[in-house]
Amino acid sequence: MSAASSKPAGEVIETDVAIIGGGLVGTSAALELRRQQRSVVVLEQGWCGAQASGVNYGGVRRQGRAACQLPLSQRAHQIWRRLEQTIGCNGEYVASGHLKLARNEADMQELVAYREMAAAHGLELELLYPDALRQRYPWIGTPAYGASLCAEDGHANPRLIAAAFARAAEQAGAHLLQQSAVEDCRFDGNYFLLQNSQGVRVRSRFLLNCSGAWGKEIAGRFGDAVSEQAIYPNMCVTEPLPPLMDLSLGVVGGAFYARQVERGNVVLGGGRGDGNLALDATRPRASSSVNALAALTEMVPALRHALVIRTWSGVEGETPDGQPVIGPSASTPGLLHGFGFSGAGFQLAPAVGEVLAELVAKGESSTPIDAFSVKRFAVQHA
Amino acid sequence: MQTLVEAGLRPLLIDENRRAGGQIYRQPPPGFVRSKKVLYGFEAAKAEALHGSFEQLRSKIDYRPDTLVWNCTPGQLDLLHAQRPAAQTYTHLILCTGALDRVMPFPGWTLPGVYTLGAAQVALKAQGCVLDGRVVIAGSGPLLYLLAYQYAKAGADVVAVLDTARFGGKLRALPALLRQPVTLAKGLYFMAWLRARGIAIFGGVEHIAADGKQTLHSLRWTRKGKTTEIACNALATGFGLRSETQLAELAGCRLVFDQLNQQWLPQRDDAGRSSVPGVYLAGDGSGIAGADAAELSGRAAALALLQDLGLPPNAAAKNALASESRQLAHTLRRNLLFRQGLETAFPTAVDWARHCADDLVVCRCEEITAGQLRRSVQQEGSIEINRLKALTRVGMGRCQGRICGAAAAEILAHATGLSVAEVGRLRVQAPVKPIPVSSALMAQEQT
Repeated sequence: MSAASSKPAGEVIETDVAIIGGGLVGTSAALELRRQQRSVVVLEQGWCGAQASGVNYGGVRRQGRAACQLPLSQRAHQIWRRLEQTIGCNGEYVASGHLKLARNEADMQELVAYREMAAAHGLELELLYPDALRQRYPWIGTPAYGASLCAEDGHANPRLIAAAFARAAEQAGAHLLQQSAVEDCRFDGNYFLLQNSQGVRVRSRFLLNCSGAWGKEIAGRFGDAVSEQAIYPNMCVTEPLPPLMDLSLGVVGGAFYARQVERGNVVLGGGRGDGNLALDATRPRASSSVNALAALTEMVPALRHALVIRTWSGVEGETPDGQPVIGPSASTPGLLHGFGFSGAGFQLAPAVGEVLAELVAKGESSTPIDAFSVKRFAVQHA
Repeated sequence: MQTLVEAGLRPLLIDENRRAGGQIYRQPPPGFVRSKKVLYGFEAAKAEALHGSFEQLRSKIDYRPDTLVWNCTPGQLDLLHAQRPAAQTYTHLILCTGALDRVMPFPGWTLPGVYTLGAAQVALKAQGCVLDGRVVIAGSGPLLYLLAYQYAKAGADVVAVLDTARFGGKLRALPALLRQPVTLAKGLYFMAWLRARGIAIFGGVEHIAADGKQTLHSLRWTRKGKTTEIACNALATGFGLRSETQLAELAGCRLVFDQLNQQWLPQRDDAGRSSVPGVYLAGDGSGIAGADAAELSGRAAALALLQDLGLPPNAAAKNALASESRQLAHTLRRNLLFRQGLETAFPTAVDWARHCADDLVVCRCEEITAGQLRRSVQQEGSIEINRLKALTRVGMGRCQGRICGAAAAEILAHATGLSVAEVGRLRVQAPVKPIPVSSALMAQEQT
């Protein structure tokens, strides 16, 4: 991966598709577009996969998603299952199961209703009541009243997966420009013209806006109004511990989510950190870490003696309805959006890449994406 | 502290140690009876004075010993004392975070029986014990001779001192070192004292390697092309010191790469002001200068803080303070020349990365080898240290790069052909040192 373009400043790189953002969505789209034999240039302001795609929790989870996301999430699940063929490594992906805990009967009713809805989308969930829960997972603490298990959900290591998608895209022939912030982008009626911070210019027929928390700003330059605010998920990790939790854990209400990685560390998320939209400007918040750790130890008491060795945050874009922005621009032909995943994009990303490539090739997606249209923001404002 | 108290303030002193004194004047736990003369040698009078003035100050300050500052954000410190977290707000902050041994891995460095110079000194000063059996002291820097002297005096069986620095460098450094003749004389005295007791001193030593199965049993090195082996049970190593800059970085201070220290250091003016208003730096935490300079820089930072607060109120006192402040800055700049001399006498191993084998463990927490780091450069194109960390786990373990970060940066710089400054620095993330999960529950009980 080259730090910058080998092309001299001033030269124009002609390409079928330009992609702004070298995260998971952008690079998986690039990989898929290369399979269609289209030329692709990815412009990444930092390092590919080093932002939200690389520093998130790493949940590969369908359970808990809104109904409108389940078709896309099911499609992504199929990609995750053949991950190694796609990107050349498994990135510590394990279909460990995802267990969502209930604290009381009301929580449990929520899980019961969710199970019924999910079944309509072909997602099988198993409800566990107190006795069964404790028998199967003796390490779970007494405040857990019940749970819902999605046996084929799991988790993976984002910092490896995100970098591996970028490498796979590059090996497939995509042109990655890293340390390459977009300073100017416009549409001349036929083509998109972009210029990066090093003066390199790119001209393309299609433009994919896969720029995460920066998506609103790029969309705005073309007249697509979007409500998106930056959020900073708060993460912690313990020292390596003996194997204990053999699945990814969540809780109704979302006070924490936790998984134990192959190396033995327990990765834990919950609450929000602080930051701004500059690169590397996010900071975890001590009170968020403390709250998430307290919630975790209540549900997994054996972890109380572990040591926390690091906390971190990252920047992600969140929309008011919590749904991403995926699909064609409302203003500019050839502009396609794929951003605003509101803290839940890791599992979906490879399917979004496929959908964006389909939109380039055929102008339509084989998976329903109407709920994610950028037009919904215009309706709100009208 | 003293300066702030004299000005009528009641500062809060947060000390990770159980008793005041820091590393140089570290005190044993209460009840230990060894004299200061035995503990601190030449520095006994200074230690006596420092501990004495601290005792006098104690009722005038808010002293929090045994308290870890594990996080720092603008205006707030996050503390941990007796497993219990607490938040402490501040308007002005003086960071005196000190230094840690610069660890440069060598074959066998992770064997039980191998220590840093700092750890060997903590054992002596705090616990009143020495490393057991035949002890070798190896590495580079003036601390080698000091520790050997302190150990031999305390009854340890010091069998050899191995210095990677050459005689020629020391000779070249002489003019600069003569700026502090007393310090230089002490160094020469230690060497002569050791030689008089038949303790072997070898200079220009290369390729140090520790051998042993369960624990250390021998040490190898080459000198002038000849390999020597010596049986030993303990090895204390040091290759200079590194400033502990984590809290300054978390406080938002701007860091710049410092050629002399070969490290990213918080930027400071002559008086110790950082780039963040209200945050001051003193002592070895913002560049290694030693104990005497640390005392002066502490006073300088306190004077700067008072000036910034508009204290003392009357003009004459204000002028006196400004004049002392200038004098201190001048003395500290002169001290820096001595430090540059030491660097000539005991240079950091510049070609260390070239010589280290692929199977050498660089990051002991995550067991990452030099070869793995080099492969990431070749196959994954890593040219930046945080990227290297993300792809290989180097610096991702319990030490969070405090131990292995310098060595990893050297390997990356060598493998990419970039300078250590160009490969960047590991971004610090709280906690500065590991904190127990259970402390979160204690915090919730409090609220």
